[in-house]
Amino acid sequence: MKTNGGAALIKALEMEGVEVVFGLPGGAILPVYDPIIESPIRHILVRHEQGAGHMAQGYAQSTGRPGVAIVTSGPAATNIVTPLCDAYMDSTPMVVITGQVAFSAIGTDAFQEADTVGITRGVTKHNELIARAEDIPLIVRQAFHIATTGRPGPVLLDVPKNIVDPTNPDSALDWYWPTDEEVAASLPGYKPTIKGHPRKIKQAAKFIMEADRPVIYAGGGILKARAAEELRELAEMTNTPVVTTLMARGAFPDDHPLCLGMPGMHGNYTAVTAMQRSDLLIALGSRFDDRITGRLDGFAPGAKVIHVDIDPAELGKVRVPDVPIVGDARLIIVEIIRELRKLRDGGSELPDITDWRSTVSGWQEKYPLTYEQSEPGALLKPQYVLEQLRERAPQDCIVASGVGQHQMWTSQYWEFRHPYTWINSGGLGTMGFAVPAAIGAKVGRPDRMVWAVDGDGCFQMTAQELVTATTERIPVKVAILNNAYLGMVRQWQEMFYEERYSEVYLSPDLPDYVKWAEAMGCMALRVESPEEVGPAIDKANAVNDRPVVLEFRTDASEKVFPMVPSGLTNDHVMVDPSQEDPK
Amino acid sequence: MSHPTHPRHHVLSVLVQNRSGVLARVASLFARRGYNIYSLAVAPTDDESLSRITIVVDVETAPLEQVVKQLHKLINVIKISELDPLDSVERELMLLTVKAPAGKRSEILELLGLFEGNVLDVGHDEITVSMDDDPERLDDLENLLMPYGIIDVQRTGRVALPRLEHTRP
Repeated sequence: MKTNGGAALIKALEMEGVEVVFGLPGGAILPVYDPIIESPIRHILVRHEQGAGHMAQGYAQSTGRPGVAIVTSGPAATNIVTPLCDAYMDSTPMVVITGQVAFSAIGTDAFQEADTVGITRGVTKHNELIARAEDIPLIVRQAFHIATTGRPGPVLLDVPKNIVDPTNPDSALDWYWPTDEEVAASLPGYKPTIKGHPRKIKQAAKFIMEADRPVIYAGGGILKARAAEELRELAEMTNTPVVTTLMARGAFPDDHPLCLGMPGMHGNYTAVTAMQRSDLLIALGSRFDDRITGRLDGFAPGAKVIHVDIDPAELGKVRVPDVPIVGDARLIIVEIIRELRKLRDGGSELPDITDWRSTVSGWQEKYPLTYEQSEPGALLKPQYVLEQLRERAPQDCIVASGVGQHQMWTSQYWEFRHPYTWINSGGLGTMGFAVPAAIGAKVGRPDRMVWAVDGDGCFQMTAQELVTATTERIPVKVAILNNAYLGMVRQWQEMFYEERYSEVYLSPDLPDYVKWAEAMGCMALRVESPEEVGPAIDKANAVNDRPVVLEFRTDASEKVFPMVPSGLTNDHVMVDPSQEDPK
Repeated sequence: MSHPTHPRHHVLSVLVQNRSGVLARVASLFARRGYNIYSLAVAPTDDESLSRITIVVDVETAPLEQVVKQLHKLINVIKISELDPLDSVERELMLLTVKAPAGKRSEILELLGLFEGNVLDVGHDEITVSMDDDPERLDDLENLLMPYGIIDVQRTGRVALPRLEHTRP
C-alpha cells in the first residue's frame, strides 16, 4: 500500500496500541498533525510542551503503558527536555516525537532548527533522527520496544519535515509492519537480560535462610516489573520487613504489618534505622540513590547485600553487592521463593527473627510520624491536610505530587494501599510535575479519582495545564499547600544557613490562586482553618465535571521530619522535636 | 606525557552498528559519566554495517566495569571486549616532522632505519617520517628524536585485536 511518512507515523502509533497522545503542533510537525484528524487516537492539546511530557509520564506511571507526546521542532523540542530527563531518571516508558526541519536544511540554522538528537542524547534511553520515510514503521516499532522492555525509559524520534509531508516525494513509502523477529534482528546490540542466574538465585536464598536482621529494600523496579504480588509473597513467607522507596510507594501496602514505610533522607525513623542495622539488605529494583543511603561509607555497615536489577550497570555502581542478580524483578522473586521452598522442604528452617521484629516494632512505637496540631486560629498544618485528603478519598485514589516539602509529606502521610497510585518525580526532582502528571494519570485511569498535591511554588510552574484539563474535560483535583515559600529550600536555610532566608519568599495571595483557578475553568476554594478542611475536600470530591483547586493556607514554619542532614550517615536521624530525648 | 601502557589505561574494542551518530553517543557517554578517553580510533569492519571503535580508557576516573556496563546500555553497541595488552596485538601509526639539517640527517635516517620507519617527505632542513608499530615503540622513536627538535607529531591512537591461538585446540 502506497502511503506517506506522516500517515505512516500515525498508523504506526495506532498499530502500537496508542490510544492517546499529548502534544502541541507547530511548523515542522504540521504534516504529522493532518492525519490525526482521521485517527482514532485521542490527541490532548497542551498549553506548554513540558506539560505534554509530564502528562505522558503520568499516563505511563498510572497505566504501565508507554506515554506518547508529539511536539514540533526547536523550542518545542527543548521544552520537552525536562520531562525526558525526568522519565530517564525514573525509568518511565515514553515515546516522544519531535518535528525537525527538512533533512536538506539540517545544519543551516534554519527557523526553529535545534540539534534535538544531540541535546537529548544524554536524557533518553535511545533517540533517532529518522532519515527516510521508509524507515518510519521499523523505527517506531523499535522505539516502543526499547521504551518498554529491559529497564524502561524515554525514546525520542526526530522526524524531518520532508519525509512526512505528502507533497514532498521524499515522504513516499510502501506501508509495511515489521514482525517481532525483524525488530529484534534490527537491534543486534539490545538484548536485556530477563532471567536471573540460577546459581545467584540459590546463593540469594541461602543468604535469606541465614539472615537474622533482614530488610527488603523495594524500589521502583518492583512496579516496573509488576511484581507487587510476588514481593508480598516473599515478605510474608520470610516474615521480612519491607521498606518502599519514594519510587516504590504503593508497591507494598502501608497498612501491612511488615511495612516500614519510606526510607531515606525524609524516611520513617524505623525504615531508615532498620536498613542501617540490618545484616541483609534484599534490594529489589532499587538503586542505592544518595537520598536513600545518606553518607555512603557509613550506610548499612553490617549488611550483606542481595541486589536484583534489570540494569547490570546498577549492580556495583554505588554499593558492591554480595549477590548481584541481573534480570526481571518479578521472575527473580518467583525463583527465589521457589528456591526457599525447596530449602524448606529439604528440612532447613528460616531463622527465628522474632527479636529483630520486636526491635523494629519498638522503633515504630517510639518514633511514629508525628506533628503538632495547630492552635485554633493559627495556620493549617500541612500534615493535617494530607491526613484529611487521604481519609476522604477512595482507597485506590491516585495521587501525584510536585517536588519539595509537600512531596515528602504526601509520601509520608498518604497511606498507600495499592500499586500505581503514586505519581511523582523522584530522581530528577522536577518542580511543577504534579498538575500535568495528574492530568496524564486521569486520562490513563478515568475510573479513578486523581488528586495532585502541589506546593505554591510548584503550582506556578505548570498551572496553565489546568486549562487543558478543563477544555478536555479531565476532572483532576489539585490541593495547593500554600505556605508562601519555596518550603524545602526555606527549611534548609532555616536549619543549615542560620535562618538567613535568601530568595525563598513567594506570597500567600499573589497570585490569587482561587481567582486564577476559576479563570482556568476550575471550581476553586480557599481553606484557612482546620474545621473547613474536611468539608472543602468533600465538596471537591463531589465534583466530576471539571477540575478542582483547593488552596490550603499552611504554616510556613512547619518542617519535614524525620531528616538525615546531607553529608551525615543514616545513624543521624533528626526526629520531630517532640520526639527528641530530653537532654 | 603519561605513557600509553600506564597500568591505569585499558583498551576496549567496541563493536558498534555503523550508523550516523554512534561515535557521538559513545563520546558523550564518556563525557556524561566523567570518564576520560586517552585515545580513540574508529573505522568500519569487513562487514560494512559494523564499525570497530578502539578506545584507550583512563580508568582512574571510574572503575572499568562501570564504563563497560554503561557502554553496553547504548542500543547501537553490539559487543565490547577488553583487550589485555599481553593477549592482543596492537598497532598505531605516527607521522612526525623533525629538524634535520644536513649534518644530522644521516643520524636520523639511521635511527629511523633501526625502527623500520619510512621517510615521507624531505624539506630543506627538516624531514617527515612515518612509523607504524606497537605504541610503545613509537614512544621510543619519539623520545630518541626529541633532542633533534620535533616540529610536529600526529598519532592515530591505537587499534587492536585479540591474539590468536597458536596451538591446535
